[in-house]
Amino acid sequence: MLKLERRPQPSRTWSALAPVLAVLITMIAGGAMFAALGQDPVEAIRTIFWEPLFGEFAFYYRPQLLVKAAPLILIAIGLALGFRANIWNIGAEGQYIIGALTGAGVGLAFYPTESALIFPLMVLAGALGGWAWAMIPAFLKVRFGTNEILVSLMLVYVAEQLLAKMSLGLLRNPEGRGFPGSRNLRDYPSAHNAEIFADTGIHWGVVAATIAVIFAYILLTRHLLGFHIRLAGQAPRAARFAGVAPARLVLICLGISGALAGLAGMFEVAGPAGQINIEFNVGYGFTAIIVAFLGRLHPIGILLAGLLMALTYIGGEAAESNLGLPAAAIQMFQGMLLFFLLAVDVLTHFRLRWKSAEVA
Amino acid sequence: MDLSAIDPILLLASLIVASTPILLAALGELVAERAGVLNLGVEGMMITGAICGFAIAVNTGSPFIGFVAAALGGAVLSLLFGLLTQVALANQVASGLALTLFGLGLSALLGQGYQGIKPPPTRSLDIPVLSDLPVVGRILFSHDLMVYLALALVAAVWAMLKYTRAGLILRAVGENHDAAHALGLKVVLVRLLAILFGGACAGLGGAYLSLVRVPQWTEGMTAGYGWIALALVVFASWKAGRVLLGAWLFGGISVLQLNLQPTGIPIPVEYLSMSPYLITILVLVIMSGDKSRAPGSLGRTFHASQ
Repeated sequence: MLKLERRPQPSRTWSALAPVLAVLITMIAGGAMFAALGQDPVEAIRTIFWEPLFGEFAFYYRPQLLVKAAPLILIAIGLALGFRANIWNIGAEGQYIIGALTGAGVGLAFYPTESALIFPLMVLAGALGGWAWAMIPAFLKVRFGTNEILVSLMLVYVAEQLLAKMSLGLLRNPEGRGFPGSRNLRDYPSAHNAEIFADTGIHWGVVAATIAVIFAYILLTRHLLGFHIRLAGQAPRAARFAGVAPARLVLICLGISGALAGLAGMFEVAGPAGQINIEFNVGYGFTAIIVAFLGRLHPIGILLAGLLMALTYIGGEAAESNLGLPAAAIQMFQGMLLFFLLAVDVLTHFRLRWKSAEVA
Repeated sequence: MDLSAIDPILLLASLIVASTPILLAALGELVAERAGVLNLGVEGMMITGAICGFAIAVNTGSPFIGFVAAALGGAVLSLLFGLLTQVALANQVASGLALTLFGLGLSALLGQGYQGIKPPPTRSLDIPVLSDLPVVGRILFSHDLMVYLALALVAAVWAMLKYTRAGLILRAVGENHDAAHALGLKVVLVRLLAILFGGACAGLGGAYLSLVRVPQWTEGMTAGYGWIALALVVFASWKAGRVLLGAWLFGGISVLQLNLQPTGIPIPVEYLSMSPYLITILVLVIMSGDKSRAPGSLGRTFHASQ
């Protein structure tokens, strides 16, 4: 009989190989799904993964890649810190919305004053907003032991309602002839998160994401706090003996991930999205969960996974307009990816062995 | 503000309808959690059930076949979770999240072309005498079969857990899987069955939403009901009877806030719509003091290696 045998140490080879294998299996399964939808599978996969990078319109798609990857990476870096310590913030979508609301709110409060200080203030406000929203589950977890998974998730729905209220009320464009939605921040130079280099897609969010990757890498490999985070996840009892305060870790991990998600929302609303309106959030906070796992909760891995996931978004859009592939197919494709990753991951911790049947 | 527009009898009757989807989903999750499995994919299984039930009911014209298909759809999806966590020994939290994300995508894909269609009506039972009773008749005895099935299921789960050998095995597996394994109980099999039951129940709950409660199909229509069902299990301290109480509480809140919206009450609609989620958080905080009831092996991976 085929048996699983626990490895004494998780296999490093398989740990690195699993995401690659998962992507390949997803491509095959996804191809089968596209075929079932009446598409040519090879053509569909090529449109999603090849066309945006090297195709005829790559000059248009490549900058988009960075625009889409930046929020995913920013959010996933924060989530990964918590996931490593078994602190599950799955409400990043809500923190992303609140960061956008506070960031845009500060910017709009100064309208139409022009000053170089406005944008930095908005960045600060966005991070603070996301942080504060994440502090709700963190505080409840520390003070009352409430499950942070459910609280952070519930707060996503609360944040969505708040977003609707704000785009119809407080933040509505007074000159918008009654249409819902705020002023467009792109028309307000001091608050606009413009491209730093024209036509590259590089805006301040991309810079922030790069800094976050470096910061997280140093934190996890060189800093005591990073060691505590890893220890708390792998051996909670040993961590307690080593003097790691679990409550402090909850506050720090949820705080960082909330602030990063808030930043992502702020950069998005001030740049690519432009304005606060009801359809502002598109699920980056949830896709970032896939990015974090696909990147093995490692900063460099997350960087690569974020780019790959951004590629599926853009490729999905290309396939939608060129081949008429439904948008939902890409969403399912992304979900499948996480499934296969988790399944392949068994080989990281276990080894397959033939064994004669015995009484267990 | 005109509160007299709210008919208390109608309110109570719709409370029972509104609580049925969460009740079904929470009951399934309760059984899975009593077996030691934390399945965070309830939302995904619910919405898959919602579209499976809806599509099949529209195509066959029979809500009954729709409900059967929804239960099957939910169970098949939960089997993916079962294989992942019980055979491939993956982390339950991550797998549950994967199930939810996958289910949302799958349902959106399956639901193409079903938007804006009316499903075949699910007839409410007309029980002679009982349905004609004043007040009580309209509140309790004029619903469709699924409402009573859900209530019967609560009683069945309660009795199964409390009085039967199968219930004892399920609880043993959930409390301490190593001890259960040493006793010769098939931990993985019991858990797979519990997961399947949970999936089928979540599917039924979802279909009740799309076929009776709303009744139509919109993308992402479960809007966090699956997560509220998860919270309900904590609220109920893992007891079947209290799940019913919790479901009525949440059903009551969501019906009440819906009924308050057109009365011109000076609270914006958005804040009223937030209330079920905020109250869920509040309830979680109140209940989180009592951790003793949680099954001992909840969320832990079992591998018979020793």
